[in-house]
Amino acid sequence: MEELDVEPALTLVPGVAPGRGRLHFQWGPGEMLVCEAAFPGAGNSAPLVLINCTRHGEKGPGCPYIHVLRKDQDIHLHTLRKLFNESHGIFVGLQRSDEELSGKSKKAQLVGVSKNYRSVIRACMEDMHQMAISTRDPALHNQYSTQVSILSAMELIWNLCEILFVEVAPAGHLLLHLLDWVRLHVCDVDNMVREVLSSENPSKHELFWNVVDIFVLQGRMEDARHLLSKEATANPTSKGMCKILDDLMKKMPVLGLGNTQTLTEMELKWQHWHEECQRYLQDGTFASNPHMESICKILLGDENAILEKKELMTTWYHFLVTHLLYSHPAVKPVELRFYAQSSLDQFLGGENSPEPLDTILMAAFEFEIHQVIKECSIALSNWWFVAHLTDLLDHCKLLQSHNLYFGSNMREFLLLEYASGLFSHHSLWQLGVDYFDHCSEYGRVYLELHIERIPLTTEQKALKVLRICEQRQMHEQVRSICKIMAMKALRNNRLGSALSWSIRAKDAAFATLISDRFLKDYCERGSFSDLDLIDNLGPSMLLSDRLTFLGKYREFHRLYGEKRFSEAAKLLLMLMTAHIAPCSFWMTLLTDALPLLEQKEVIFSAEQTYELMRCLEDLTAGKLDNQKLQDDDIETTKVEMLRLAFARNLARAIVKEGTLEGS
Amino acid sequence: MEDLCAKFVSQKLSKVRWRPAPATALQPPELFATGSWDNEENKISIWSVGAVESVCPNGEYQGEPQLLCDIRHYGDVMDMQFLDQERIVAASSTGSITIFRHHQNNQTLSVSQKWERAHCHVDSDTSACGGASCTGVICKNPEIVTVGEDGRINLFRADHKQAVRTIDNADSSTLHAVTLLRTTEILTVNSIGQLKIWDFRQQRNEPSQIFSLTGDRVPLHCVDRHPNQQHIVATGGQDGMLSIWDVRQGSMPVSLLNAHDAEMWEVHFHPSNPDHLFTCSEDGSLWHWDTSVEVSEKTSFLHQGGRSTFLSHSAVNQPNVNQSVVSAWLSNDPTKDRMEITNVIPNPTLSVNSVDVLGPCLVCGTDAEAIYVKRQLFA
Repeated sequence: MEELDVEPALTLVPGVAPGRGRLHFQWGPGEMLVCEAAFPGAGNSAPLVLINCTRHGEKGPGCPYIHVLRKDQDIHLHTLRKLFNESHGIFVGLQRSDEELSGKSKKAQLVGVSKNYRSVIRACMEDMHQMAISTRDPALHNQYSTQVSILSAMELIWNLCEILFVEVAPAGHLLLHLLDWVRLHVCDVDNMVREVLSSENPSKHELFWNVVDIFVLQGRMEDARHLLSKEATANPTSKGMCKILDDLMKKMPVLGLGNTQTLTEMELKWQHWHEECQRYLQDGTFASNPHMESICKILLGDENAILEKKELMTTWYHFLVTHLLYSHPAVKPVELRFYAQSSLDQFLGGENSPEPLDTILMAAFEFEIHQVIKECSIALSNWWFVAHLTDLLDHCKLLQSHNLYFGSNMREFLLLEYASGLFSHHSLWQLGVDYFDHCSEYGRVYLELHIERIPLTTEQKALKVLRICEQRQMHEQVRSICKIMAMKALRNNRLGSALSWSIRAKDAAFATLISDRFLKDYCERGSFSDLDLIDNLGPSMLLSDRLTFLGKYREFHRLYGEKRFSEAAKLLLMLMTAHIAPCSFWMTLLTDALPLLEQKEVIFSAEQTYELMRCLEDLTAGKLDNQKLQDDDIETTKVEMLRLAFARNLARAIVKEGTLEGS
Repeated sequence: MEDLCAKFVSQKLSKVRWRPAPATALQPPELFATGSWDNEENKISIWSVGAVESVCPNGEYQGEPQLLCDIRHYGDVMDMQFLDQERIVAASSTGSITIFRHHQNNQTLSVSQKWERAHCHVDSDTSACGGASCTGVICKNPEIVTVGEDGRINLFRADHKQAVRTIDNADSSTLHAVTLLRTTEILTVNSIGQLKIWDFRQQRNEPSQIFSLTGDRVPLHCVDRHPNQQHIVATGGQDGMLSIWDVRQGSMPVSLLNAHDAEMWEVHFHPSNPDHLFTCSEDGSLWHWDTSVEVSEKTSFLHQGGRSTFLSHSAVNQPNVNQSVVSAWLSNDPTKDRMEITNVIPNPTLSVNSVDVLGPCLVCGTDAEAIYVKRQLFA
């Protein structure tokens, strides 16, 4: 066992009286923990969430309440359902995508998938933001705002991972991606720009230089120059300075994404431009304007000048990217870790310790994928993020080498955790199925165990669960679902439905049980119920002997009703001689023969009558063995009547057959 | 495909229905209702797809459906129909039937009438009554017909407190869906592959006619009648097969068409353009069947991802019927049997539970908690 990475967080369970000794708890179905308590509690204390407390009824005097505790609280957030559903589609699409794609097109596809995931996070974030604004309840507002910040952190991490691990941008291009990343996640500037530009005299606005600085820090030269031109027109004395600074900004060499120039060319140009900036700074061109001087220092990559703008950058990774932009524009992926570490140290300045987000980003800059996933698993309250990110990285073939000492591999482990969470949700269980499907080693077992625990409230839901099992050849589960449904139908006296379910499950034993119920009902009432079903059994009649008998017996009744007596008689006899009918039913069958025996014309031939007589004797002989003196009067009378009828019929048959043969 | 708009709504949808347009109106429908299932709290919701103003000059539709109002519904919404412009009839898995009224002036929903336990299992010992799922409802103002898992058929009138007519144990298996055939006649489909016609004029509680799939007893899940030619009926089964029946003759389907890979949950003829048919399925697909295409035109459709199907099996031949009046659905001419089929939803994942078409618009709801709206069906 590895040692714990962090101390497990404590969850306070309200209502557990301290004096009462130990806390009693039990694992419940679907990732929950159930424990006893003396009084009800409400409240959220991370990391386990108290979902509800139920009255315990009559059990015990001391602990009338049960608390249900769940981990993976995010699964149960209504607002995140959109995220789960939409990303499910992307996940399934990624698994289905053909393996044949290689090289560039494969990479483009993976980057596309990654962007789709991010846009789903963003859409969810915007929705949540809207809800936070529109709600009047301060508690809800807080909850939504927290979610917005969590989602935005998730998107930030995902985006960085996309650049470093999926896109794998080479030196030069790497920085452009990182710049985009910073611009996308520092959004305060846009509001500030709007405020400055909408004022009457932008260059006199107190935030004017702040905005220019931010543009420069983010490498948005076009925007910075645009603002600078405002200053130039408003303030003729600084026009010359503005012109020079503007020129420097314009000349700054950038590696365009579609540009064909090589890195060495670029570095040469950069060197040249750098020297030019240096010259202007040294000859004191900007000495009269501290704002412009500091911008020039920033252009030269002066760490202290950049650090002075700490307030404007707000985060260390912004500082890192700005620093790289003006000092090491052609930074290689492998060098990132050194710059990142020093930027973090410089920015925090030993005052604050790094937050979980900082640790995660740092791990990403260090290309420690496993560390990123591990830190995310600890910091985030859901499995969604790590499961999907790991799956994507696995598709990038980045996780091959790593094996866990438990389970199969990390991707599968995380997907299983996430899908199990989905199955613990009242409605989201359907999504979990596809995740289990794509876990080659344990997915099937997990699915089998989880699917049996889905409550089957309606037939429609049962059909949906059944379809899932049938598609995956999970015969055991199919049988159990059909049996549950058949049992329910039976309890509701819906014999027809019950029979349909057992036929679907090919459950012979249960079909026999239901057939017996039908026959019992017939014996009691003298007529069949559910004729529409029994007349329509078709080939499924062969499922069980008893069902066959039921179908055939019903056929006898139909033939009799249609006055096709000789066919009916033949069928009746066959039911006994071929031992299709259960022995207990023979007396009924023999009694059914009575009206046929009493018809005007002879229906049973002499030979058939002998057979009938033998059946009767077999039956009574068997009876004698078993329950010797139990025969009551009615039974004896019945047997006597039958014997009489047989004898008379035999006489008529012999006469008739004799006459026919004689003539 | 460009005008297909998806919206994730955080509830699993079991039913979607357009609000019927007033008889005089020519503009496309604007409102639809959805019902949810398998949520801890289920809802009936009314959505707007935007008024005409939101349609750009070039006819392109912009914006997604907006929620107008919703109301709690007890149990899963198993089926749902608009009774008129303002009232919605919903069938619940608890066995109750509820009429909701949509107040358009202040955009709210309220319960206007409710029949508790319209469908139930009666315990023979205690004669207690446990609710049974009501699986289908069809209405023609003011009459409402419901069927359920208990095999019972109920006839209600919107203004009566009690059922006007009840047929207990009408079917020994589960009734899955119901539709109106003629004024007093209804059609039901059940879980052993039978199609039954019931006539409310007859007092005895027996179907006036029974049709069935031969052999396999594949359960039928949905049924719809041709809007103009009332003898043509389409049903969808558990194996995803589409069956076309002619209820004037025979007791077997006229044709069986291979369609979806799993349960077909709903089938609908286009109400004003019945050469078009729409089916949706558990396998996540939604198909648009078009029989109006002439053979010569077909080649042009092929490259658009269209799919041609084949008539797998013709059970009953069409003798001596004037070909010119025979609907394309009944035609057995091999050259005409080919029809154009397009899948409306790209990248299917989870079940499409319900679809509804009205005018040029289509709406469908899925287990992936998404609503899809298509505004230009025939563009």
